[in-house]
Amino acid sequence: MEDNVVLYIDNHTVVVPVGTTILEAAKEIGIEIPSLCYMNMKDLCITNLPASCRICVVEIEGRKNLAPSCATRCEQGMKVKTSSLRVLNARRIVLELILSDHPTDCLICPKSGKCDLQRLASRFKIQEISFKGEQSQYEVESSPSIIRDMKKCIYCRRCEMMCNDVQTVGALGAVNRGFTSTISPAFRKDLKDSECTYCGQCVAVCPVGALTEVDHTNRLLRDLADPSKTVIVQTAPAVRAALGEEFGFPPGISVTGKMVSALRELGFAKVFDTDFAADLTIMEEGSELLDRLTRFLDGDKDVCLPILTSCCPAWVNFFEHYFSDMLDIPSTARSPQQMFGSIAKNYWAELMNIPRENLIVVSIMPCLAKKYECAREEFADAGGDPDVNYSISTRELANLIKRANIDFNALPEEDFDTPLGESTGAGVIFGASGGVMEAALRTAYELYTGETLKNVDFKEVRGLQGIKKASVNLKGFELKIGIAHGLGNARKLLEDIREGKSEFHAIEIMACPGGCVGGGGQPLHHGNSILLKARSNALYEEDYNKPLRKSHENPYIIKLYEDYLGKPMSEKAHHLLHTHYFNKSE
Amino acid sequence: MSEVKLSQHKIDQIIAICDEHHNKAGELINILHKTQGLLGYLPADVQKVIAKKMKIPVSKVYGVVTFYSFFTMVPKGKYPISICMGTACYVKGAEKVLDELQSQLGIKVGETTPDGLFSLDSLRCVGACGLAPVVMIGEKVYGRLTPERVKDILAEYYLLDAL
Repeated sequence: MEDNVVLYIDNHTVVVPVGTTILEAAKEIGIEIPSLCYMNMKDLCITNLPASCRICVVEIEGRKNLAPSCATRCEQGMKVKTSSLRVLNARRIVLELILSDHPTDCLICPKSGKCDLQRLASRFKIQEISFKGEQSQYEVESSPSIIRDMKKCIYCRRCEMMCNDVQTVGALGAVNRGFTSTISPAFRKDLKDSECTYCGQCVAVCPVGALTEVDHTNRLLRDLADPSKTVIVQTAPAVRAALGEEFGFPPGISVTGKMVSALRELGFAKVFDTDFAADLTIMEEGSELLDRLTRFLDGDKDVCLPILTSCCPAWVNFFEHYFSDMLDIPSTARSPQQMFGSIAKNYWAELMNIPRENLIVVSIMPCLAKKYECAREEFADAGGDPDVNYSISTRELANLIKRANIDFNALPEEDFDTPLGESTGAGVIFGASGGVMEAALRTAYELYTGETLKNVDFKEVRGLQGIKKASVNLKGFELKIGIAHGLGNARKLLEDIREGKSEFHAIEIMACPGGCVGGGGQPLHHGNSILLKARSNALYEEDYNKPLRKSHENPYIIKLYEDYLGKPMSEKAHHLLHTHYFNKSE
Repeated sequence: MSEVKLSQHKIDQIIAICDEHHNKAGELINILHKTQGLLGYLPADVQKVIAKKMKIPVSKVYGVVTFYSFFTMVPKGKYPISICMGTACYVKGAEKVLDELQSQLGIKVGETTPDGLFSLDSLRCVGACGLAPVVMIGEKVYGRLTPERVKDILAEYYLLDAL
């Protein structure tokens, strides 16, 4: 029993392991102590514990002061009250103090309905703020992906923790002190002039409206209403695994069919799938891997190994900023979003006889960096017309469906359009950490060995462990692969490569913890890692139920190569599906 | 004032300070302290050099520099002015003297005049409460100051500089 403590919370007897906090112990018996700054993603070893907001205070018998339950460990025999009058009054005062320097413009706030502060203000029935005083004044600042409105910041420092401790990007930090303190890039620069990768994890954890995404919904509605334009859409794999959460589905239910119906209802001319482009990515990236590998085995000393995946635009930004001495290591394959745009605006537009200028390609992404990625100059034609016109997030799509009076739950399940809507299970799992590598292995194995892969499930590359390792036997050659999600984990693998210590031949990297399922454009996870697990499982289940599960077996991919591209890494494929990187280091 | 480019010599000196403290993150304040002692202030370029050397984000360095009022990103004037806002001086009318200084110099506390002659800071008690309100210019102490005397005192320094 030495490893456990017994305590009493609101007259319940609780037994918890030594070291458990009061807040976590209360959660075990179903008492949700309100919190704002506290965040704990146990599976990912991510915690935010500044104990600064003081919303979670509780009364402990024998102690003079109220204690923050998030940071106070349980002790033997402790008697805790989580909702005494003194506690409730303290919480109300804390809330009023926070709100005394907050715009309280909830009706027109982009976070309205999703804001933890708003929820608490309602729960504590705050109807007037007794404290009147000076209010912080900051300009709203916009970047290609993220909007910062620091007037709304409550200094929980979750964003700072994500940006520094988890992502090791270091774009956001606390500056100044006292009333003038705020969270900002160094030298009060705009986000767009900082090291920000636009991963959007700051947005995913921000409890209030201080950090939100750039919204393209009105632009999309205008385009959909324009009869001169053909507006088509692609949906990323992770979107289907999370969209349902916005409509009351439990986490982990894939809503692919309803999502397709909803997009048709919204008026898209064609509903296509980024999963198709994910299959295409595997063809290009997988071929590049095999090409480098073959040259390596033939004794070519100049070949760059390990090869790194390049699907994730925040990750691309990260290495352009911090590992600009290694720009030749990542695969040159464009991301699925950009491959789709390129194929749609060239191959498909030609096929359908639609002039490029009349074709609008929209992407639905779990990601905020995708908004920035599609605006990168190299992904536009000579006249500046982008391959993907703009990207909207899973959250924005949910909002559009609600705005258009579509009863999502009542929608029938429909299929994507052909040809750019057909995909294999390999394309689906791109949305979970490890998925791209698993998909690549399924194809690389068969192309390299010429044999059929009996078991396509590479379970060792799945799950939330920060860095995963696996090896696959390719006819006697032990192919070693590494997988990292979260840029801090990626940094470790990158530094090993820089020091010549890397054991891997191929590495998959996703910027967001959990992969795209935990992306900055998804329904806000606010630090709940259960969501990430459930969403990943939904993708693996969809993969399992697909008739085809290897990218190179996608009949429309085969046809695309036969009719248009020739073969993977052909000159045409290079022109349309590959890219180059830029040195962004200072 | 134009931003002066850091010379390689200065960069080497800053790097030497970081090395003296073994580039340990916990030593950041000491490193900043010494660097400011060397250069008089901590402009953005200097913070970038320190961040790179210590392998920490520059936003972190900037956060510390802006947190502590001792650190400054603005070079001090040739004649740094410090006005005491401690209790005794405050009661004896330091605020009016400060207002006059600000209006004569056209700068606020923490700033430096564009000609680089004067910088203005406030501090708490110089141990000369009997002379309140007190202003220091460089090492020289001016006691029992009134707003009316500010103009004449500044004039002395303009004259001194012109010589």
